[in-house]
Amino acid sequence: MTSFESAIAEGARIEPRDAMPEDYRATLIRQIAQHAHSEIIGMQPEGAWITRAPSLRRKAILLAKVQDEAGHGLYLYAAAETLGVARSELYDALLTGRQKYSSIFNYPTLTWADVGTIGWLVDGAAIVNQVPLCRCSYGPYARGMVRICKEESFHQRQGFESLLALSNGTPGQHAMAQDAVNRWWWPSLMMFGPPDTDSPHSARSTAWGIKRFSNDTLRQRFVDMVVPQAEVLGLSLPDPDLRFDEGRGSWDFGPVDFTELREVVAGNGPCNAERLAHRRAAEDDGAWVREAARVHAAKQVRRGAA
Amino acid sequence: MSDLWEVFVRPKRGLAHVHVGSLHAADAELALHHARDVYTRRSEGVSIWVVPSVQVTASSPDEQDSFFDPAADKVYRHPSFYEVPDELQI
Ligand SMILES: [Fe+2]
Ligand SMILES: [Fe+2]
Repeated sequence: MTSFESAIAEGARIEPRDAMPEDYRATLIRQIAQHAHSEIIGMQPEGAWITRAPSLRRKAILLAKVQDEAGHGLYLYAAAETLGVARSELYDALLTGRQKYSSIFNYPTLTWADVGTIGWLVDGAAIVNQVPLCRCSYGPYARGMVRICKEESFHQRQGFESLLALSNGTPGQHAMAQDAVNRWWWPSLMMFGPPDTDSPHSARSTAWGIKRFSNDTLRQRFVDMVVPQAEVLGLSLPDPDLRFDEGRGSWDFGPVDFTELREVVAGNGPCNAERLAHRRAAEDDGAWVREAARVHAAKQVRRGAA
Repeated sequence: MSDLWEVFVRPKRGLAHVHVGSLHAADAELALHHARDVYTRRSEGVSIWVVPSVQVTASSPDEQDSFFDPAADKVYRHPSFYEVPDELQI
């Protein structure tokens, strides 16, 4: 047994300079990068509402939340870099579409209620996905996830609170909240990825301690968590097949449209092109700032040396 | 030169700085500012160190065994090595 295999077998963490199989390294780079890209692109749907938040309080909260997502992206890029990939390569892979980000961020935020719904459902689903990653076998990724999970609970709670205010508001506000939930429900279930029967790399990731639970297990966990919360909100979920199965102690739910998930991942979602174009513009618009900082730093070094 | 920095944060007075991650910055001053924004948005620290990543010299994990071997056979460095009467509270 190699030291890598025995570490995995013992449940010990793998650290950056340890010997590791190339496939383990490549799998982690792909997964952590995709995760980082999701945090960064994920700022856009909600960021679009910062200037239109209905009160100063909501605006400050949303600003802090979107800032957190930027922070999450940065923790994760830093974790990916410990595996020997350069930041610039990761940015390039995102902008050229070689690496993906979560399908959920390719849906539009049509009303203010979408912001609360994202906090409740999308951050809620992210938490279910991310909590097991705090015990992932790769040290820097696991440590980043611990930090992220601490911050996510604020995201979900602020979303719930905002949505509850709308649901208990005027009939128009209630209808807006219901419409947002109707649109985000199924895409949120897709966040857990393809069904277990169609998840080719899962077994290997599980053996390596990267993945702890299957996609379908986590999806079910999310449904079981959220259904009672919807009741508290006074909102319905758009699935006629939802019913509690006493035997399983879990909620049955209708079939997820995985064709839609495949299409969105393939680039054909409602906002794929817009998200990447926005990201590219942000990169280009910031180029002069980075350049100025570099030139200034070089000048300081020259002056110090003189 | 690479613009990668390692970030260390002292969570509160009385505790040592702990490595929290890395970031990119053109110089030390910007690295400190970015470190504050990325790693201490919720008062997680009272002091930050930033160190250019290339300046860190680390022991090699491949040599972990031989490198740390000298400590392994010196059990007499631990208090449990010594047999003393039970009633002696030391
Ligand atoms: Fe996040
Ligand atoms: Fe979040």
